[in-house]
Amino acid sequence: MTRVSSRLQGLDFQQAVVYFGFLAIFLFFAVTLYDDGFLTQRNLTNIVLQTAPATIMAVGLVFALSAGEIDLSFGSIVAVSALSCAVALQSFPMPVGVLVGLGVGVAIGAFNGVLVAYLKLPSFLVTLATMGLFAGIARSMTNLRSVPVMNDTFTGLFGSGKLFSVPSLVIWTCLGVGIGHLIYRHTRFGAHVLATGDNPRAAQVSGIKVARVRLYVMMICGGCAGLAGLLYAGRLQAAKYTLGESDLMTVIAAVIVGGTALNSGKGSVVGALLGSLLMGMLNNGLILMNLKVSDQMIVRGLIILIAVAVSLRDTSR
Amino acid sequence: MSDQEVLSLTNIHKAFGGVVAIEDFSLNLKAGEVVALVGDNGAGKSTLIKIISGVYTPTSGEILLDGEAADIRDASAARANGIEVVYQDLALADQQPVYMNMFLGRELTKGPLNLLDKARMRQETQDLVDELDVRIPSASSTISDLSGGQRQGIAIARATHWASKLVLLDEPTAALGVAETARVEALIEQLKAKDLAILIISHSLDQVFRLSDRICVLRRGKQIGVRDTKSTDKNEIVSMITGVA
Repeated sequence: MTRVSSRLQGLDFQQAVVYFGFLAIFLFFAVTLYDDGFLTQRNLTNIVLQTAPATIMAVGLVFALSAGEIDLSFGSIVAVSALSCAVALQSFPMPVGVLVGLGVGVAIGAFNGVLVAYLKLPSFLVTLATMGLFAGIARSMTNLRSVPVMNDTFTGLFGSGKLFSVPSLVIWTCLGVGIGHLIYRHTRFGAHVLATGDNPRAAQVSGIKVARVRLYVMMICGGCAGLAGLLYAGRLQAAKYTLGESDLMTVIAAVIVGGTALNSGKGSVVGALLGSLLMGMLNNGLILMNLKVSDQMIVRGLIILIAVAVSLRDTSR
Repeated sequence: MSDQEVLSLTNIHKAFGGVVAIEDFSLNLKAGEVVALVGDNGAGKSTLIKIISGVYTPTSGEILLDGEAADIRDASAARANGIEVVYQDLALADQQPVYMNMFLGRELTKGPLNLLDKARMRQETQDLVDELDVRIPSASSTISDLSGGQRQGIAIARATHWASKLVLLDEPTAALGVAETARVEALIEQLKAKDLAILIISHSLDQVFRLSDRICVLRRGKQIGVRDTKSTDKNEIVSMITGVA
């Protein structure tokens, strides 16, 4: 009996937390905010639309954390990518803007990655520095001005458009999570990412190119942040240096709550999606409760703290 | 035991900067033969294992595999040459299932997208642990849920599965209890029966005398001598290790 219950407890408790947390918070808001329209289709769709960029960033971060690295700079990458894309769209057709936005994201990720993988600097410090560096570059790029995005194809594809009445942001979320999950769980690369984060020495002696894995996960993080930048630019029809600025805590919390361990080769892309939706729901609910911004921040901080503490509590040992 | 020399090391010398770790080491290993490498801490046993497994390149000296000059410039090359190592720390990824560890770095894939063939890896792992009688709950168990002996069994089973010539074992039973040690030793006997050459580092002289055909003694990087296990005794080996007659 003890054996069964201990097995049940050990059974991916960390990854199950997000499902319970998601359900609990959903039910809480559904009841308390019923009259404020939390449960309306419009509001629920809105939550998904608003969390789309954070979800994409979270997918990238799952890869970095699973490989034993972290990226703190993705918020700044979002801004630089969105601005680069918006500027490019002013004089070039849509595909060029998209490529510029994504390319800038991947390139910054590669910059982080080379420092981490080949100069063997800790990713925490590297990306702490590049977070500031690229936040500064984002500010100076357009002298703090926001850049409007007038290209209708672009804003349709990355913002307000629909395909068979499914909003494009929902499609991007599904694509990002679906492809991310496939790579993470079902490819050799995904297995190598997990092995690298789990036991880098074992990965190394097993012939896995650990440095290359580290480079690639940072590039994936950058690329995802770039895509998130495009989604922001598409939805807001403008790019500004503040984009992505406030996503750092939300995205990290989403990923951790979603069952990705900070440093031990364990994680879940689908969990990150749920974590991200949970954070979005929290934001939405707290606003509907008419809390002051300062109170929202306090409550959000406390809830994230509890959620992270619960999901990191290791019951298996 | 055949006469084929699987591994032959000639005048191996390794220095790290000015510090000499191995000086003038020579040894031949035949298929189906177990040679034990003994010596005090810092004698150079692990360095030697790392040289053979491609982690270190010798400063000078010659390594032949099956009589031909071997190119083992890194760990992957050593593996490609049929050399497998069971490291002291086992080199297992603790949060991953057994079958992923068994195929670590050599995962099987299928289909046009080259997706992982988890079913086949699980099945092959199950067959292997069954054959070697490594008792684990299942091939899908997570490594961190296994006992020390089970982990050691997995690490050795992995080496067996992939080695075609030579298995290097670094202190395979240092952390194990009596019963688990006996199981691992039985496993090593099975490797020997498969005609693999085996080089084993062990601090337990009892074990060395139980398992090995020959014993090679190192002291402070120097090769003190090689003895046939049958024609020597513990006293001689101990005095060779310590340098005290």
